[in-house]
Amino acid sequence: MTPCVAADASPGDSSSDRRSLTPEQAAVIAGKIIEAKNVSKWYGAFRALTDINLTVRGGERIVICGPSGSGKSTLIRCFNRLEAHQEGRITVNGIILHNKMRNVADVRKNVGMVFQHFNLFPHMTVLKNCMAAPMWIKGMPEVEARKIALKFLERVRIPEQANKYPAQLSGGQQQRVAIARSLCMEPAVMLFDEPTSSLDPEMVAEVLETMTGLARDGMTMVCVTHEMGFARAVADRVIFMDQGQIIEEGAPHDFFTSPRHERTRLFLSQILSH
Amino acid sequence: MLHRDTVDSEVLVHRPWIVASMFAVVLVVFLMFNLTGTTIGELMRPVIGDPLKSGFYGRFTIAFVIAVMFCLNVVLLGFAPLKMQLGVVWLELLLLFLAFFKSFDLSLPFIWKHLPFLITQGVVTTIYVSALSLIFASVIAIVAAIAKLSSNGFAYGIASFYTSLFRGLPLLMQIYLIYLGLPQLGYVIDAVPSGVLALSLCYGAYMTEIFRSGIQSIDRGQWEASRSLAFGFGLTTRRIILPQALPVIIPPMGNMFISMLKDSSLVSVLGVWELTFLAYQIGQPTFHNMEMLASASIMYWIMSICFELIQSRIERYFARSKVR
Ligand SMILES: Nc1ncnc2c1ncn2[C@@H]1O[C@H](COP(=O)(O)OP(=O)(O)OP(=O)(O)O)[C@@H](O)[C@H]1O
Ligand SMILES: [Mg+2]
Repeated sequence: MTPCVAADASPGDSSSDRRSLTPEQAAVIAGKIIEAKNVSKWYGAFRALTDINLTVRGGERIVICGPSGSGKSTLIRCFNRLEAHQEGRITVNGIILHNKMRNVADVRKNVGMVFQHFNLFPHMTVLKNCMAAPMWIKGMPEVEARKIALKFLERVRIPEQANKYPAQLSGGQQQRVAIARSLCMEPAVMLFDEPTSSLDPEMVAEVLETMTGLARDGMTMVCVTHEMGFARAVADRVIFMDQGQIIEEGAPHDFFTSPRHERTRLFLSQILSH
Repeated sequence: MLHRDTVDSEVLVHRPWIVASMFAVVLVVFLMFNLTGTTIGELMRPVIGDPLKSGFYGRFTIAFVIAVMFCLNVVLLGFAPLKMQLGVVWLELLLLFLAFFKSFDLSLPFIWKHLPFLITQGVVTTIYVSALSLIFASVIAIVAAIAKLSSNGFAYGIASFYTSLFRGLPLLMQIYLIYLGLPQLGYVIDAVPSGVLALSLCYGAYMTEIFRSGIQSIDRGQWEASRSLAFGFGLTTRRIILPQALPVIIPPMGNMFISMLKDSSLVSVLGVWELTFLAYQIGQPTFHNMEMLASASIMYWIMSICFELIQSRIERYFARSKVR
C-alpha cells in the first residue's frame, strides 16, 4: 500500500489517515486481535466448520461451548494455525493466516494456548518449561527468562514447585504451570481448550481461579469450556456452537436466561441439570 | 524395573511347592544325562564307587546331589539382599563358565605370551573401527529417520531405499561390495575406511528404524505444545522430541552397539589387523587355535560389558525426570 496520498486527504475527513493502512493494520488499531470471516474447514470430506464469523477484541473474554464434536477445538486451533482452514479469512494480530505464510511464528508468539492434557515437556523442570520459549524464541538472556518464569509461576501460585518435574505435580498444578508457560511469552491473547475437563473436581477450582485472575487483569481470552459458572462470572460473550456452526452468541446473562434457539436451550438444560 | 508394589511379596523361592517343583525339575533334567563319565562322577567316587560301573544308582545319586545343591543355593540366596544376590549369581555363573573353558585344556603360557599383542593391536583396532562406525551410523540414522518421517517425497524416497538396501544385503557382501566395487568406479579405498563405511551404512539402516519408532512414540501433544509456543521444526526436534525419544531408543541402541562390536570381526576378511583376524593369524600356524579364539571371545565379552555399563549409566541419567 502506498503511503497517504495528498489528493485523498480532504480537510474534515477524520478517517483519511486510516486509508494509508493495510486492512490488517487497521484491524489492530480497531482493537481486533482475532478476526474470522466466513471460515470453513474440512477434514477430508467432513465439514468441521461452516461459515464462522467471529471477532475477538483486545480485553474481551469469550467462552465457547457446545456439544462434543461441534468443532470448538477445531475453531480455536485454527486461530494459531495448529489446524488449517480452507475457506474464508482469519486475521490474527494483523497477520492473515494461510498455507504459504512464512511468519507463522510471529502469530504464535502472540497467541498462548492451554491444552486439555497440559502437554508440558516432561523432560524439563517446571522452571525450564517456562523459560524455554522466552529464551529460544525471543532470545532472552537466561537470567531475565528465569525472572519472568518465576514471576508467572508466582502468579499461578506455585513458585515452590519450580525445580520439580511435571510428573511430580498434581493435575491442577500441571495445568497452572501450562498457563504460566504460555504467559511467559506475554501473548496478546490466550486460547484455552477445555483446560479443566481432565481434572478432578477439587482441582478444577484452582485452575478456574487462576483463569478468573487472568481475566480480571485484562487478558484477552478465548475459552472452550463447559464450566458455566466461570462463563457467567467472567465472559463478555458466550458463543454456542453445534455441527460446526455458531448457532447463537450473546452476553452471558441473556444467553443463560433467554436463549433464542431450541438447540441452545436443549444443550443448556442438559449441561445445567448435572 | 517393573513397577514395584509397596507391599513386599512373599519370597518366591521360600514357598515349599516352588522349592519342591524346582527340585523335581532339576532332578529329572540331570537324570536324562549320564554324567558318570565326567569330572562330577569322579568327584562322587567315595559315594558311588567306580563311577563307570555304578549304573543307575550312580546316575541317580549324581542328579540328586546336584538338585539338592541347586535348591539349597537358591533358598539360601533368597535370604540375601538384592545387591548380594546379584553378585553371588554372577560369581557362580562365571565360575561355571570358567570351569567349562578349563575343560578345553588350553595352554595358558601360550595365551599369556600372545595376549599383550592381541590387546595392543587387535582390541585397539576393533574399538577404533567400531567406535568410528558407531558415530557415523548414529548420524546417518538420525538424518534418515527424520527424512523417513518428513513429508518430502525426495527425502523419503532416498531414506527408504537406503534402509531397504542395507538391511537387505548381507553385511559381508556389503563389505566386499565397497572394498572391491568402489575401485571399479575408479576410487580406490583402503581396508579400514571401507570396513568402517560398510559397518556405518549397515548399522545406520537398522538404527534408522529404531530412531523412527522412538520419535513416533512421542505424543503428538508435544508437537502441538511446541508449535503453539512458536518453536520451529528444527528446534522442536532437537530440544523437545529427541531428548524424549532418547530414553526409548537407548536399550535397542545398546543392542546395536554390541552387535556392531562383534560384527566388526567381519572386516577381518579385508585383512585388517583387528581382534578376530589376529586370533586366527597367531593361532593357526602353531595349532593353538582354540587358545586364541577363546581369548578373543573373552575380549569381546569384556568390551560389551563396558558398553552395558555405559548404557546403564545413561539410562539412569534419563530416568531422573520419571521420578514421582
Ligand atoms: N484430525 C481429524 N480428522 C478428521 N476428523 C476430525 C479430526 N479432528 C476432529 N475431527 C472431527 O471434527 C469434528 C469437530 O471436532 P472437535 O475436536 O473440534 O470437536 P469439539 O467440539 O472440540 O469436541 P469435544 O467437546 O469433544 O472436544 C468432530 O466431528 C471430529 O470427529
Ligand atoms: Mg475439543
